[in-house]
Amino acid sequence: MTTVSLTVNGQSVTADVDPRTLLVQFLRDNLRLTGTHVGCDTSQCGACVVHLNGQAVKSCTVLAVQANASVVTTIEGIADGGELHPMQAAFREHHGLQCGFCTPGMIMSAIDIVNRKGNALDEQTIRAELEGNLCRCTGYHNIVKAVAAGARGMAQEPLSQAAE
Amino acid sequence: MYAFEYHRPTSVKEAASLAGQAEDMKFLAGGHTLLPTMKLRLAGPANLIDLGQIAELRGIERAGDALTIGAMMKHGEVANSAEVKQAVPALAEMAELIGDPHVRNRGTIGGSIANNDPSADYPAACLALNATIVTNQRKIAADDFFQGIFTTALEEGEIITHVSFPIPSQAAYAKFRNPASRYALVGVFVAKHADGVRVAVTGAGSNGVFRVQEMEQALSANFTPDALNGIVVAEDEMNSDIHADAAYRAHLVGVMARRAVEAATRA
Ligand SMILES: Cc1cc2nc3c(=O)[nH]c(=O)nc-3n(C[C@H](O)[C@H](O)[C@H](O)COP(=O)(O)OP(=O)(O)OC[C@H]3O[C@@H](n4cnc5c(N)ncnc54)[C@H](O)[C@@H]3O)c2cc1C
Ligand code: FES
Ligand code: FES
Repeated sequence: MTTVSLTVNGQSVTADVDPRTLLVQFLRDNLRLTGTHVGCDTSQCGACVVHLNGQAVKSCTVLAVQANASVVTTIEGIADGGELHPMQAAFREHHGLQCGFCTPGMIMSAIDIVNRKGNALDEQTIRAELEGNLCRCTGYHNIVKAVAAGARGMAQEPLSQAAE
Repeated sequence: MYAFEYHRPTSVKEAASLAGQAEDMKFLAGGHTLLPTMKLRLAGPANLIDLGQIAELRGIERAGDALTIGAMMKHGEVANSAEVKQAVPALAEMAELIGDPHVRNRGTIGGSIANNDPSADYPAACLALNATIVTNQRKIAADDFFQGIFTTALEEGEIITHVSFPIPSQAAYAKFRNPASRYALVGVFVAKHADGVRVAVTGAGSNGVFRVQEMEQALSANFTPDALNGIVVAEDEMNSDIHADAAYRAHLVGVMARRAVEAATRA
């Protein structure tokens, strides 16, 4: 067992884990934060994307012990109380999901894109930046629309940065 | 994944001494090759030595006519580094073509080079740029470092600390990506140095990354796309798999080399 201490969605957590525990397992099984999904477990699909020290990563390909002393934000950590994060609101508004399995990873990736590329995102940029996220339902069209709208929404919503 | 013992050294010295004591160990960098391999139980080290907390393995520095990058620098950091963009823009562009944004936030230059995947991008950059791989024990020229698929000059327990790139006068990388995996189906890195042009090809060779002497001679005499006219690489040394057969790859080497020279001379 190895001790791991990190901050998840603003709260400090410490636990003893088997070193082979993946960050995604730690989030889902130890912390019961089941919003982060496992789609492929082979680093391809992006359903497991969370923010590690403010950067989007595939949490199925990070050991929990590698996240020691880090700050992790998951899909559960971005809403402001009962109010959805602008990116979540945009996915709902623009039907950016069908089954919803890929959605937490899509939203965490989308927020990361805005953090890196700003609030005015063209379709080409969004499609290129989402290449690490697979969706088996939507055909991506509405996801791209939702990300563009969510990016604009984040510009108007000062609280959105506070979640990071 | 098989169980292992986890170690988190904070200096290269400590990592090397752990490696000396621990039996059946592997270093862990970004984990974006090693962890998937361990999940598949193709690797099952008893000891995993995480290089992630070692500050000396980080940093990007330009000194004179060389650019030096720490082994633990992530692909995204190299792609976005003002220093790299200024000194060797082709290297920043190459790093931006690796995988997807999430992969680039974890994968490192040291891990990519140590792994020497036959379709990885960095080996081509190192070979064309005539890089020196610096380890905790010695300096290894790229020409001696890459020794065939997944094989390098590294000894057991040897740690890459830095990679040093001489700054070329012109360079470019042209990559034909496998659209699913995003690895190179064929990638060609071309670099013009004071003493001649170097051309390195990844993704194509059945023995991993390689240089194309005939192209290098032609381009050293005349650094234009037309200098490549009529030069073909031998099909029987090309890789063949479900993604592309040897003939297709051999053809792509020519096409990508031309595109790389076009890009290098346009800039
Ligand atoms: C979805 C996906 C897409 C990808 N696409 C591409 C692509 O397009 N192009 C490409 O080139 N790569 C690609 N990769 C691979 C990626 O770049 C890896 O990150 C890289 O190959 C390995 O780097 P790492 O830091 O993750 O190393 P790790 O996986 O941690 O380690 C790899 C190996 O190197 C050894 N090692 C690591 N660091 C050192 C060191 N400093 N000294 C000695 N040994 C060391 C380890 O022991 C291990 O054997 C992709 C990976 C994924 C998951
Ligand atoms: S579950 Fe992590 S990338 Fe698919
Ligand atoms: S909405 Fe079903 S996988 Fe994307």
